[in-house]
Amino acid sequence: MTRAGRTGAGVTRPGFAWAAPAAVFFLLFAIVPLLLVAVLSFTSWDGITDPRFNGLDNWTGLAHDPVMLQSVGTTLLLTVLGVVTQTPISILLGVWAAGHQRNRAVLSAIYFVPLLLSATAVSVVWRAVLDPNFGVPSQAGWLFGDGNLLGTRAGAIGVLTFVGVWQFTPLHALIYQGGARAIPQVLYQAAAVDGAGTVRQFFHITLPQLRNTVITSMVLMVVGGLTTFDTVLILTQGGPGTDTTVSAYYMYQKAFKGFDFGAGSAIALVLVVVATLISLAVVRLSGYDRMRSSAEGL
Amino acid sequence: MRRRPNWLAGLGSLVWLALVGLPLYVLLLATLRTRSDYSTEGPLSLPAEWTFDNYLTDLSNGFGQDFLNTLVVTASVVAIVLLLVPPLAYAIVRARGRTTGWVFRMFLLGLAIPAQAVIVPMFYVISKAGLYDHLIGVILPTAAFCLPVCTLVLTGAMRDITPELYEAMAMDGASPARVFRQLVLPLSRGGLSSVVVFAALQAWNGFLFPLILTQSDATKVVTLGLYEFQTEHGVDVPGLLSAVVLSMLPIFIVYLFARRALVQGLMGVGGK
Repeated sequence: MTRAGRTGAGVTRPGFAWAAPAAVFFLLFAIVPLLLVAVLSFTSWDGITDPRFNGLDNWTGLAHDPVMLQSVGTTLLLTVLGVVTQTPISILLGVWAAGHQRNRAVLSAIYFVPLLLSATAVSVVWRAVLDPNFGVPSQAGWLFGDGNLLGTRAGAIGVLTFVGVWQFTPLHALIYQGGARAIPQVLYQAAAVDGAGTVRQFFHITLPQLRNTVITSMVLMVVGGLTTFDTVLILTQGGPGTDTTVSAYYMYQKAFKGFDFGAGSAIALVLVVVATLISLAVVRLSGYDRMRSSAEGL
Repeated sequence: MRRRPNWLAGLGSLVWLALVGLPLYVLLLATLRTRSDYSTEGPLSLPAEWTFDNYLTDLSNGFGQDFLNTLVVTASVVAIVLLLVPPLAYAIVRARGRTTGWVFRMFLLGLAIPAQAVIVPMFYVISKAGLYDHLIGVILPTAAFCLPVCTLVLTGAMRDITPELYEAMAMDGASPARVFRQLVLPLSRGGLSSVVVFAALQAWNGFLFPLILTQSDATKVVTLGLYEFQTEHGVDVPGLLSAVVLSMLPIFIVYLFARRALVQGLMGVGGK
Protein backbone atom coordinates (compact mmCIF):
# COMPACT_ATOMS: atom_id res chain seq x y z
CA MET A 1 0.00 0.00 0.00
CA THR A 2 1.35 3.39 -0.89
CA ARG A 3 1.08 6.02 1.74
CA ALA A 4 0.73 9.68 1.03
CA GLY A 5 3.22 10.30 3.81
CA ARG A 6 6.05 8.38 2.17
CA THR A 7 6.55 10.80 -0.65
CA GLY A 8 9.96 12.37 -0.82
CA ALA A 9 11.04 15.20 1.43
CA GLY A 10 10.71 18.69 0.06
CA VAL A 11 7.26 18.10 -1.37
CA THR A 12 5.28 21.23 -0.65
CA ARG A 13 1.97 20.49 0.98
CA PRO A 14 -1.14 22.64 1.37
CA GLY A 15 -1.58 24.13 4.81
CA PHE A 16 -4.67 24.36 6.98
CA ALA A 17 -5.63 27.57 5.18
CA TRP A 18 -6.92 25.46 2.29
CA ALA A 19 -9.42 23.76 4.54
CA ALA A 20 -10.32 26.83 6.58
CA PRO A 21 -13.05 28.47 4.45
CA ALA A 22 -15.11 25.29 4.22
CA ALA A 23 -14.49 24.48 7.87
CA VAL A 24 -15.62 27.94 9.02
CA PHE A 25 -18.68 27.82 6.79
CA PHE A 26 -19.66 24.40 8.08
CA LEU A 27 -19.04 25.44 11.67
CA LEU A 28 -21.30 28.47 11.26
CA PHE A 29 -24.20 26.75 9.53
CA ALA A 30 -24.12 23.24 10.95
CA ILE A 31 -22.05 22.94 14.12
CA VAL A 32 -23.10 26.21 15.78
CA PRO A 33 -26.81 25.44 15.29
CA LEU A 34 -26.09 21.99 16.63
CA LEU A 35 -24.71 23.52 19.83
CA LEU A 36 -27.45 26.14 19.93
CA VAL A 37 -30.13 23.46 19.91
CA ALA A 38 -28.76 22.27 23.26
CA VAL A 39 -28.96 25.80 24.69
CA LEU A 40 -32.44 26.41 23.32
CA SER A 41 -33.70 23.17 24.86
CA PHE A 42 -33.33 24.84 28.28
CA THR A 43 -35.28 27.93 27.28
CA SER A 44 -38.83 28.94 26.69
CA TRP A 45 -39.06 30.62 23.30
CA ASP A 46 -42.12 31.56 21.25
CA GLY A 47 -40.16 32.37 18.10
CA ILE A 48 -40.79 36.12 18.35
CA THR A 49 -39.50 37.47 21.67
CA ASP A 50 -36.05 36.47 22.95
CA PRO A 51 -35.56 32.99 24.42
CA ARG A 52 -35.67 32.86 28.26
CA PHE A 53 -34.02 30.16 30.35
CA ASN A 54 -36.48 27.91 32.10
CA GLY A 55 -34.23 25.14 33.41
CA LEU A 56 -35.45 21.61 32.92
CA ASP A 57 -39.08 22.55 32.23
CA ASN A 58 -39.04 21.36 28.60
CA TRP A 59 -37.43 18.08 29.56
CA THR A 60 -39.76 17.23 32.44
CA GLY A 61 -42.69 18.29 30.29
CA LEU A 62 -41.66 15.92 27.50
CA ALA A 63 -40.94 13.08 29.90
CA HIS A 64 -44.60 13.20 31.00
CA ASP A 65 -45.99 13.80 27.52
CA PRO A 66 -47.75 10.65 26.25
CA VAL A 67 -47.48 11.82 22.62
CA MET A 68 -43.72 12.29 23.01
CA LEU A 69 -43.30 8.78 24.40
CA GLN A 70 -45.52 7.34 21.69
CA SER A 71 -43.58 9.24 19.02
CA VAL A 72 -40.30 7.76 20.24
CA GLY A 73 -41.79 4.28 19.97
CA THR A 74 -43.18 4.96 16.49
CA THR A 75 -39.85 6.43 15.34
CA LEU A 76 -37.95 3.36 16.55
CA LEU A 77 -40.51 1.03 14.97
CA LEU A 78 -40.29 2.80 11.60
CA THR A 79 -36.49 2.85 11.78
CA VAL A 80 -36.26 -0.89 12.49
CA LEU A 81 -38.83 -1.67 9.78
CA GLY A 82 -36.88 0.50 7.36
CA VAL A 83 -33.56 -1.25 8.01
CA VAL A 84 -35.12 -4.71 7.94
CA THR A 85 -36.95 -4.16 4.63
CA GLN A 86 -34.43 -1.98 2.78
CA THR A 87 -31.24 -3.88 3.60
CA PRO A 88 -31.98 -7.25 1.94
CA ILE A 89 -33.62 -5.65 -1.11
CA SER A 90 -30.80 -3.20 -1.70
CA ILE A 91 -28.12 -5.88 -1.22
CA LEU A 92 -29.81 -8.13 -3.80
CA LEU A 93 -30.37 -5.30 -6.26
CA GLY A 94 -26.90 -3.86 -5.75
CA VAL A 95 -25.10 -7.18 -6.17
CA TRP A 96 -27.23 -7.95 -9.21
CA ALA A 97 -26.51 -4.54 -10.72
CA ALA A 98 -22.77 -5.10 -10.18
CA GLY A 99 -22.89 -8.12 -12.49
CA HIS A 100 -22.51 -8.21 -16.22
CA GLN A 101 -25.99 -8.97 -17.57
CA ARG A 102 -26.71 -7.34 -20.87
CA ASN A 103 -29.95 -5.65 -19.78
CA ARG A 104 -28.39 -4.38 -16.56
CA ALA A 105 -27.51 -0.89 -17.71
CA VAL A 106 -30.96 -0.13 -19.08
CA LEU A 107 -32.80 -1.64 -16.12
CA SER A 108 -30.67 0.07 -13.52
CA ALA A 109 -31.18 3.41 -15.24
CA ILE A 110 -34.91 2.97 -14.58
CA TYR A 111 -34.41 1.60 -11.07
CA PHE A 112 -32.73 4.71 -9.91
CA VAL A 113 -35.49 7.10 -10.93
CA PRO A 114 -36.83 7.35 -7.33
CA LEU A 115 -33.43 8.74 -6.43
CA LEU A 116 -34.20 11.81 -8.50
CA LEU A 117 -37.54 12.62 -6.93
CA SER A 118 -37.78 14.91 -3.94
CA ALA A 119 -39.32 13.40 -0.83
CA THR A 120 -42.16 15.83 -1.44
CA ALA A 121 -42.77 14.47 -4.94
CA VAL A 122 -42.49 10.86 -3.74
CA SER A 123 -45.07 11.45 -1.01
CA VAL A 124 -47.42 13.35 -3.30
CA VAL A 125 -47.28 10.61 -5.94
CA TRP A 126 -47.89 7.78 -3.47
CA ARG A 127 -50.70 9.66 -1.80
CA ALA A 128 -52.39 9.98 -5.18
CA VAL A 129 -51.68 6.36 -6.13
CA LEU A 130 -53.02 5.03 -2.81
CA ASP A 131 -56.02 7.37 -2.50
CA PRO A 132 -59.00 5.18 -1.50
CA ASN A 133 -61.46 7.00 -3.78
CA PHE A 134 -59.47 7.92 -6.87
CA GLY A 135 -56.27 5.88 -6.59
CA VAL A 136 -55.30 2.32 -7.43
CA PRO A 137 -57.17 0.76 -4.45
CA SER A 138 -60.49 1.88 -5.97
CA GLN A 139 -59.70 -0.30 -8.98
CA ALA A 140 -58.06 -3.24 -7.25
CA GLY A 141 -60.40 -3.97 -4.34
CA TRP A 142 -59.36 -7.63 -4.37
CA LEU A 143 -55.92 -6.50 -3.21
CA PHE A 144 -56.70 -3.55 -0.97
CA GLY A 145 -60.05 -4.34 0.69
CA ASP A 146 -61.86 -1.11 1.53
CA GLY A 147 -58.71 0.63 0.39
CA ASN A 148 -58.23 3.22 3.10
CA LEU A 149 -54.67 2.16 3.87
CA LEU A 150 -53.80 5.35 5.72
CA GLY A 151 -56.86 5.09 7.97
CA THR A 152 -55.43 2.54 10.38
CA ARG A 153 -52.23 2.49 12.39
CA ALA A 154 -50.98 -0.75 10.83
CA GLY A 155 -51.88 0.47 7.34
CA ALA A 156 -50.24 3.85 7.80
CA ILE A 157 -47.06 2.32 9.25
CA GLY A 158 -47.06 -0.17 6.39
CA VAL A 159 -47.44 2.56 3.77
CA LEU A 160 -44.66 4.68 5.34
CA THR A 161 -42.36 1.63 5.41
CA PHE A 162 -43.21 0.77 1.81
CA VAL A 163 -42.69 4.32 0.58
CA GLY A 164 -39.36 4.32 2.44
CA VAL A 165 -38.32 1.20 0.54
CA TRP A 166 -39.41 2.78 -2.74
CA GLN A 167 -37.59 6.01 -2.03
CA PHE A 168 -34.34 4.85 -0.46
CA THR A 169 -33.58 1.39 -1.86
CA PRO A 170 -32.05 2.82 -5.06
CA LEU A 171 -29.51 4.85 -3.08
CA HIS A 172 -28.49 1.88 -0.97
CA ALA A 173 -28.47 -0.45 -3.97
CA LEU A 174 -26.01 1.95 -5.60
CA ILE A 175 -23.80 1.92 -2.54
CA TYR A 176 -23.87 -1.90 -2.53
CA GLN A 177 -23.20 -1.94 -6.25
CA GLY A 178 -20.04 0.06 -5.58
CA GLY A 179 -19.07 -2.31 -2.77
CA ALA A 180 -19.73 -5.42 -4.86
CA ARG A 181 -17.69 -4.07 -7.78
CA ALA A 182 -14.72 -3.68 -5.44
CA ILE A 183 -14.67 -7.37 -4.49
CA PRO A 184 -11.66 -9.03 -6.17
CA GLN A 185 -12.83 -11.37 -8.94
CA VAL A 186 -10.11 -13.86 -8.02
CA LEU A 187 -12.14 -14.86 -4.95
CA TYR A 188 -15.03 -15.94 -7.17
CA GLN A 189 -12.70 -17.72 -9.56
CA ALA A 190 -11.22 -19.70 -6.70
CA ALA A 191 -14.68 -20.54 -5.36
CA ALA A 192 -15.86 -21.64 -8.81
CA VAL A 193 -12.85 -23.95 -9.11
CA ASP A 194 -13.91 -25.46 -5.77
CA GLY A 195 -17.37 -26.03 -7.24
CA ALA A 196 -19.25 -23.43 -5.17
CA GLY A 197 -22.53 -22.32 -6.75
CA THR A 198 -23.92 -18.83 -7.07
CA VAL A 199 -25.81 -18.98 -3.79
CA ARG A 200 -22.82 -20.29 -1.85
CA GLN A 201 -20.60 -17.65 -3.44
CA PHE A 202 -23.10 -15.00 -2.38
CA PHE A 203 -23.12 -16.10 1.26
CA HIS A 204 -19.44 -17.02 1.57
CA ILE A 205 -17.78 -14.29 -0.50
CA THR A 206 -20.10 -11.44 -1.40
CA LEU A 207 -21.76 -10.89 1.98
CA PRO A 208 -18.59 -11.08 4.11
CA GLN A 209 -16.75 -8.81 1.67
CA LEU A 210 -19.57 -6.27 1.87
CA ARG A 211 -19.31 -6.03 5.66
CA ASN A 212 -18.18 -2.42 5.77
CA THR A 213 -20.66 -1.38 3.12
CA VAL A 214 -23.45 -2.96 5.16
CA ILE A 215 -22.39 -0.93 8.18
CA THR A 216 -22.27 2.34 6.27
CA SER A 217 -25.56 1.72 4.55
CA MET A 218 -27.33 0.67 7.74
CA VAL A 219 -26.17 3.78 9.54
CA LEU A 220 -27.48 5.97 6.77
CA MET A 221 -30.77 4.07 7.05
CA VAL A 222 -30.93 4.48 10.81
CA VAL A 223 -30.19 8.20 10.68
CA GLY A 224 -32.72 8.56 7.85
CA GLY A 225 -35.29 6.53 9.78
CA LEU A 226 -34.83 8.52 12.98
CA THR A 227 -35.45 11.74 11.08
CA THR A 228 -38.35 10.67 8.86
CA PHE A 229 -40.31 13.85 8.34
CA ASP A 230 -41.36 14.84 4.81
CA THR A 231 -43.27 11.64 4.08
CA VAL A 232 -45.12 11.82 7.40
CA LEU A 233 -46.00 15.47 6.89
CA ILE A 234 -47.46 14.85 3.45
CA LEU A 235 -48.80 11.29 3.62
CA THR A 236 -50.33 11.05 7.09
CA GLN A 237 -49.92 14.34 9.01
CA GLY A 238 -48.98 12.12 11.91
CA GLY A 239 -52.32 10.36 11.83
CA PRO A 240 -54.60 8.59 12.19
CA GLY A 241 -54.78 10.37 15.56
CA THR A 242 -51.14 10.47 16.66
CA ASP A 243 -50.39 6.98 15.35
CA THR A 244 -47.64 8.05 12.94
CA THR A 245 -46.47 11.14 14.80
CA VAL A 246 -42.73 10.43 14.64
CA SER A 247 -40.34 12.48 16.75
CA ALA A 248 -39.14 14.75 13.94
CA TYR A 249 -42.74 15.52 13.00
CA TYR A 250 -43.66 16.11 16.63
CA MET A 251 -40.73 18.50 16.91
CA TYR A 252 -42.03 20.39 13.87
CA GLN A 253 -45.54 20.51 15.36
CA LYS A 254 -44.34 21.67 18.78
CA ALA A 255 -41.98 24.33 17.47
CA PHE A 256 -43.44 25.69 14.26
CA LYS A 257 -47.15 24.99 14.78
CA GLY A 258 -47.40 25.28 18.56
CA PHE A 259 -44.72 28.01 18.89
CA ASP A 260 -43.04 26.07 21.69
CA PHE A 261 -39.51 26.23 20.30
CA GLY A 262 -37.93 25.19 23.61
CA ALA A 263 -39.72 21.84 23.64
CA GLY A 264 -39.00 21.45 19.93
CA SER A 265 -35.30 21.95 20.61
CA ALA A 266 -35.35 19.34 23.33
CA ILE A 267 -36.82 16.79 20.90
CA ALA A 268 -34.27 17.82 18.29
CA LEU A 269 -31.44 17.37 20.80
CA VAL A 270 -32.55 13.80 21.47
CA LEU A 271 -32.39 13.16 17.72
CA VAL A 272 -28.93 14.75 17.51
CA VAL A 273 -27.52 12.69 20.35
CA VAL A 274 -28.82 9.40 18.99
CA ALA A 275 -27.71 10.19 15.43
CA THR A 276 -24.27 11.32 16.62
CA LEU A 277 -23.72 8.21 18.70
CA ILE A 278 -24.56 6.08 15.68
CA SER A 279 -22.30 8.10 13.41
CA LEU A 280 -19.40 7.85 15.86
CA ALA A 281 -19.95 4.13 15.93
CA VAL A 282 -19.79 3.92 12.15
CA VAL A 283 -16.68 6.03 11.87
CA ARG A 284 -15.02 3.46 14.16
CA LEU A 285 -16.54 0.33 12.66
CA SER A 286 -16.16 1.21 8.99
CA GLY A 287 -12.62 2.48 9.37
CA TYR A 288 -13.39 5.79 7.69
CA ASP A 289 -11.19 7.61 10.17
CA ARG A 290 -8.21 5.45 9.22
CA MET A 291 -8.63 6.04 5.51
CA ARG A 292 -6.85 9.35 5.80
CA SER A 293 -3.50 7.63 5.50
CA SER A 294 -4.52 5.20 2.79
CA ALA A 295 -4.22 5.88 -0.91
CA GLU A 296 -6.80 3.23 -1.75
CA GLY A 297 -9.62 5.70 -2.08
CA LEU A 298 -13.20 5.04 -1.11
CA MET B 1 -13.98 -15.30 -16.39
CA ARG B 2 -17.41 -13.77 -16.08
CA ARG B 3 -19.52 -14.22 -13.01
CA ARG B 4 -22.64 -16.22 -13.50
CA PRO B 5 -25.88 -14.24 -13.32
CA ASN B 6 -27.51 -14.14 -9.93
CA TRP B 7 -30.98 -15.47 -10.73
CA LEU B 8 -32.49 -14.71 -7.34
CA ALA B 9 -31.52 -11.07 -7.55
CA GLY B 10 -32.48 -11.04 -11.23
CA LEU B 11 -36.02 -12.08 -10.30
CA GLY B 12 -36.09 -9.48 -7.56
CA SER B 13 -34.94 -6.88 -10.03
CA LEU B 14 -37.99 -7.56 -12.20
CA VAL B 15 -40.29 -7.16 -9.20
CA TRP B 16 -38.51 -3.91 -8.46
CA LEU B 17 -39.03 -2.79 -12.04
CA ALA B 18 -42.78 -3.24 -11.59
CA LEU B 19 -42.69 -1.39 -8.27
CA VAL B 20 -40.91 1.58 -9.80
CA GLY B 21 -42.85 1.40 -13.02
CA LEU B 22 -46.42 1.38 -11.69
CA PRO B 23 -46.37 4.72 -9.87
CA LEU B 24 -44.50 6.32 -12.76
CA TYR B 25 -47.15 4.96 -15.15
CA VAL B 26 -49.97 6.36 -13.00
CA LEU B 27 -48.06 9.62 -12.64
CA LEU B 28 -47.49 10.21 -16.35
CA LEU B 29 -50.93 9.10 -17.54
CA ALA B 30 -52.77 11.14 -14.92
CA THR B 31 -51.12 14.33 -16.09
CA LEU B 32 -52.32 13.82 -19.66
CA ARG B 33 -56.05 13.58 -18.95
CA THR B 34 -58.76 15.85 -17.67
CA ARG B 35 -59.72 16.01 -14.03
CA SER B 36 -63.17 14.51 -14.53
CA ASP B 37 -61.75 11.72 -16.68
CA TYR B 38 -59.33 10.86 -13.87
CA SER B 39 -61.98 10.72 -11.15
CA THR B 40 -64.44 8.60 -13.15
CA GLU B 41 -62.09 6.22 -14.99
CA GLY B 42 -59.50 5.77 -12.25
CA PRO B 43 -55.72 6.00 -12.46
CA LEU B 44 -54.98 2.82 -14.40
CA SER B 45 -56.99 3.37 -17.58
CA LEU B 46 -55.75 5.24 -20.64
CA PRO B 47 -56.92 8.84 -21.01
CA ALA B 48 -60.17 9.25 -22.99
CA GLU B 49 -58.75 12.39 -24.51
CA TRP B 50 -55.13 13.44 -24.26
CA THR B 51 -54.43 16.95 -23.01
CA PHE B 52 -51.53 19.13 -21.94
CA ASP B 53 -53.80 21.61 -20.18
CA ASN B 54 -52.73 20.47 -16.71
CA TYR B 55 -49.16 21.54 -17.38
CA LEU B 56 -50.22 24.86 -18.85
CA THR B 57 -52.49 25.59 -15.86
CA ASP B 58 -49.68 24.80 -13.42
CA LEU B 59 -47.28 27.10 -15.20
CA SER B 60 -49.77 29.97 -15.21
CA ASN B 61 -50.45 29.43 -11.49
CA GLY B 62 -47.09 30.67 -10.25
CA PHE B 63 -45.12 27.49 -10.80
CA GLY B 64 -42.88 29.45 -13.16
CA GLN B 65 -41.76 31.72 -10.32
CA ASP B 66 -41.17 28.69 -8.10
CA PHE B 67 -38.97 27.30 -10.84
CA LEU B 68 -36.91 30.44 -11.09
CA ASN B 69 -36.39 30.52 -7.32
CA THR B 70 -35.31 26.88 -7.25
CA LEU B 71 -32.93 27.55 -10.12
CA VAL B 72 -31.33 30.43 -8.19
CA VAL B 73 -31.00 28.27 -5.06
CA THR B 74 -29.55 25.34 -6.99
CA ALA B 75 -27.03 27.39 -8.96
CA SER B 76 -25.88 29.22 -5.83
CA VAL B 77 -25.51 26.03 -3.79
CA VAL B 78 -23.47 24.42 -6.58
CA ALA B 79 -21.29 27.53 -6.80
CA ILE B 80 -20.63 27.60 -3.04
CA VAL B 81 -19.87 23.87 -2.97
CA LEU B 82 -17.48 24.18 -5.93
CA LEU B 83 -15.72 27.08 -4.26
CA LEU B 84 -15.30 25.40 -0.86
CA VAL B 85 -15.00 21.65 -1.37
CA PRO B 86 -12.05 21.24 -3.79
CA PRO B 87 -9.54 23.16 -1.62
CA LEU B 88 -10.90 21.37 1.45
CA ALA B 89 -10.55 17.94 -0.12
CA TYR B 90 -7.05 18.84 -1.35
CA ALA B 91 -6.03 19.80 2.18
CA ILE B 92 -7.59 16.67 3.65
CA VAL B 93 -5.75 14.42 1.22
CA ARG B 94 -2.41 16.23 1.21
CA ALA B 95 -1.93 18.34 4.34
CA ARG B 96 -0.02 16.74 7.20
CA GLY B 97 -1.34 18.92 10.01
CA ARG B 98 -3.37 17.64 12.92
CA THR B 99 -5.98 20.38 12.49
CA THR B 100 -6.86 19.15 9.02
CA GLY B 101 -7.42 15.70 10.46
CA TRP B 102 -9.88 17.19 12.94
CA VAL B 103 -11.62 19.07 10.16
CA PHE B 104 -12.08 15.83 8.23
CA ARG B 105 -13.50 14.16 11.33
CA MET B 106 -15.90 17.07 11.78
CA PHE B 107 -17.20 16.56 8.26
CA LEU B 108 -17.51 12.79 8.75
CA LEU B 109 -19.54 13.49 11.85
CA GLY B 110 -21.53 15.98 9.81
CA LEU B 111 -22.67 13.12 7.58
CA ALA B 112 -24.98 12.05 10.37
CA ILE B 113 -26.35 15.46 11.36
CA PRO B 114 -29.90 15.49 10.07
CA ALA B 115 -31.31 18.84 8.96
CA GLN B 116 -34.30 18.33 11.25
CA ALA B 117 -32.03 18.31 14.27
CA VAL B 118 -30.81 21.85 13.68
CA ILE B 119 -33.87 23.42 12.13
CA VAL B 120 -35.01 25.28 15.28
CA PRO B 121 -31.65 27.00 15.91
CA MET B 122 -31.29 27.52 12.15
CA PHE B 123 -34.57 29.42 12.25
CA TYR B 124 -33.15 31.45 15.13
CA VAL B 125 -29.82 32.18 13.41
CA ILE B 126 -31.37 33.01 10.04
CA SER B 127 -34.00 35.27 11.66
CA LYS B 128 -31.36 37.06 13.75
CA ALA B 129 -29.25 37.56 10.64
CA GLY B 130 -32.23 39.15 8.92
CA LEU B 131 -32.25 36.48 6.23
CA TYR B 132 -35.68 35.03 6.98
CA ASP B 133 -37.79 34.77 3.83
CA HIS B 134 -34.80 35.55 1.60
CA LEU B 135 -33.44 32.94 -0.81
CA ILE B 136 -29.94 33.47 0.58
CA GLY B 137 -31.27 32.20 3.93
CA VAL B 138 -32.15 28.93 2.21
CA ILE B 139 -28.99 28.77 0.11
CA LEU B 140 -26.48 28.98 2.99
CA PRO B 141 -27.78 26.10 5.14
CA THR B 142 -28.52 23.96 2.08
CA ALA B 143 -24.93 24.40 0.89
CA ALA B 144 -23.59 23.66 4.37
CA PHE B 145 -25.52 20.40 4.54
CA CYS B 146 -24.18 19.40 1.10
CA LEU B 147 -20.59 19.69 2.26
CA PRO B 148 -20.08 16.39 4.12
CA VAL B 149 -21.08 14.04 1.31
CA CYS B 150 -19.43 16.21 -1.36
CA THR B 151 -16.21 16.21 0.67
CA LEU B 152 -16.33 12.45 1.05
CA VAL B 153 -16.85 11.96 -2.68
CA LEU B 154 -14.12 14.37 -3.71
CA THR B 155 -11.49 13.17 -1.22
CA GLY B 156 -12.16 9.70 -2.64
CA ALA B 157 -11.40 10.95 -6.14
CA MET B 158 -8.31 12.89 -5.05
CA ARG B 159 -6.85 9.92 -3.20
CA ASP B 160 -6.60 8.12 -6.51
CA ILE B 161 -3.93 10.56 -7.70
CA THR B 162 -0.61 8.76 -7.27
CA PRO B 163 2.11 10.25 -5.04
CA GLU B 164 4.61 10.03 -7.93
CA LEU B 165 2.75 12.82 -9.72
CA TYR B 166 3.05 15.09 -6.69
CA GLU B 167 6.75 14.29 -6.46
CA ALA B 168 7.23 15.11 -10.11
CA MET B 169 5.63 18.48 -9.60
CA ALA B 170 7.66 19.07 -6.45
CA MET B 171 10.83 18.50 -8.50
CA ASP B 172 9.76 21.49 -10.56
CA GLY B 173 9.34 23.47 -7.35
CA ALA B 174 5.60 23.86 -7.76
CA SER B 175 3.68 25.68 -5.04
CA PRO B 176 0.59 24.07 -3.46
CA ALA B 177 -1.56 26.44 -5.50
CA ARG B 178 0.07 25.34 -8.72
CA VAL B 179 -0.19 21.66 -7.80
CA PHE B 180 -3.85 22.25 -7.07
CA ARG B 181 -4.50 24.02 -10.39
CA GLN B 182 -2.41 21.90 -12.71
CA LEU B 183 -2.59 18.46 -11.14
CA VAL B 184 -5.35 18.01 -8.58
CA LEU B 185 -8.22 19.81 -10.32
CA PRO B 186 -7.73 18.27 -13.79
CA LEU B 187 -7.27 14.74 -12.41
CA SER B 188 -10.32 14.84 -10.15
CA ARG B 189 -12.70 16.02 -12.84
CA GLY B 190 -14.81 12.87 -12.45
CA GLY B 191 -15.22 13.47 -8.74
CA LEU B 192 -16.01 17.11 -9.37
CA SER B 193 -18.86 16.28 -11.72
CA SER B 194 -20.28 13.84 -9.15
CA VAL B 195 -20.15 16.62 -6.60
CA VAL B 196 -21.93 19.05 -8.92
CA VAL B 197 -24.70 16.57 -9.74
CA PHE B 198 -25.10 15.60 -6.12
CA ALA B 199 -25.24 19.18 -4.82
CA ALA B 200 -27.69 20.13 -7.57
CA LEU B 201 -29.91 17.17 -6.68
CA GLN B 202 -29.88 18.09 -3.00
CA ALA B 203 -30.60 21.76 -3.64
CA TRP B 204 -33.30 21.15 -6.23
CA ASN B 205 -35.14 18.66 -4.01
CA GLY B 206 -34.61 20.49 -0.71
CA PHE B 207 -37.80 20.89 1.30
CA LEU B 208 -37.25 21.42 5.01
CA PHE B 209 -35.14 24.57 4.86
CA PRO B 210 -37.52 26.36 2.45
CA LEU B 211 -40.52 25.16 4.49
CA ILE B 212 -39.15 26.69 7.68
CA LEU B 213 -37.12 29.62 6.42
CA THR B 214 -39.41 31.19 3.81
CA GLN B 215 -43.06 32.14 3.73
CA SER B 216 -43.94 34.39 0.81
CA ASP B 217 -44.76 33.54 -2.80
CA ALA B 218 -41.73 35.55 -3.94
CA THR B 219 -39.36 33.06 -2.29
CA LYS B 220 -41.35 29.87 -2.83
CA VAL B 221 -39.38 26.97 -4.31
CA VAL B 222 -40.72 24.08 -6.37
CA THR B 223 -40.98 21.49 -3.57
CA LEU B 224 -42.83 23.97 -1.39
CA GLY B 225 -45.12 24.80 -4.32
CA LEU B 226 -45.93 21.08 -4.58
CA TYR B 227 -46.65 20.84 -0.88
CA GLU B 228 -48.96 23.86 -0.96
CA PHE B 229 -50.69 22.59 -4.08
CA GLN B 230 -51.34 19.33 -2.26
CA THR B 231 -52.79 21.01 0.83
CA GLU B 232 -54.87 23.57 -1.10
CA HIS B 233 -56.04 21.74 -4.23
CA GLY B 234 -55.51 18.11 -3.19
CA VAL B 235 -58.52 16.88 -5.21
CA ASP B 236 -57.08 18.14 -8.50
CA VAL B 237 -54.88 15.06 -8.87
CA PRO B 238 -53.97 15.57 -12.56
CA GLY B 239 -52.95 19.17 -11.84
CA LEU B 240 -50.95 18.09 -8.80
CA LEU B 241 -49.18 15.26 -10.59
CA SER B 242 -48.33 17.51 -13.55
CA ALA B 243 -46.65 19.77 -11.03
CA VAL B 244 -44.68 16.73 -9.79
CA VAL B 245 -43.56 15.96 -13.35
CA LEU B 246 -42.60 19.59 -13.94
CA SER B 247 -40.66 19.63 -10.66
CA MET B 248 -38.54 16.63 -11.66
CA LEU B 249 -38.09 17.48 -15.33
CA PRO B 250 -34.87 19.54 -15.04
CA ILE B 251 -33.23 17.06 -12.69
CA PHE B 252 -34.28 14.25 -15.01
CA ILE B 253 -32.58 15.96 -17.95
CA VAL B 254 -29.42 16.36 -15.88
CA TYR B 255 -29.69 12.66 -14.98
CA LEU B 256 -29.86 11.65 -18.63
CA PHE B 257 -26.55 13.40 -19.28
CA ALA B 258 -24.78 12.95 -15.96
CA ARG B 259 -26.04 9.56 -14.81
CA ARG B 260 -22.55 8.12 -14.76
CA ALA B 261 -21.22 10.93 -12.59
CA LEU B 262 -24.03 10.61 -10.06
CA VAL B 263 -23.83 6.83 -9.94
CA GLN B 264 -20.03 6.77 -9.61
CA GLY B 265 -20.12 9.36 -6.87
CA LEU B 266 -22.73 7.58 -4.80
CA MET B 267 -21.14 4.18 -5.32
CA GLY B 268 -18.06 5.56 -3.62
CA VAL B 269 -19.87 6.41 -0.40
CA GLY B 270 -20.03 2.79 0.75
CA GLY B 271 -16.40 2.33 1.69
CA LYS B 272 -14.47 -0.91 1.41
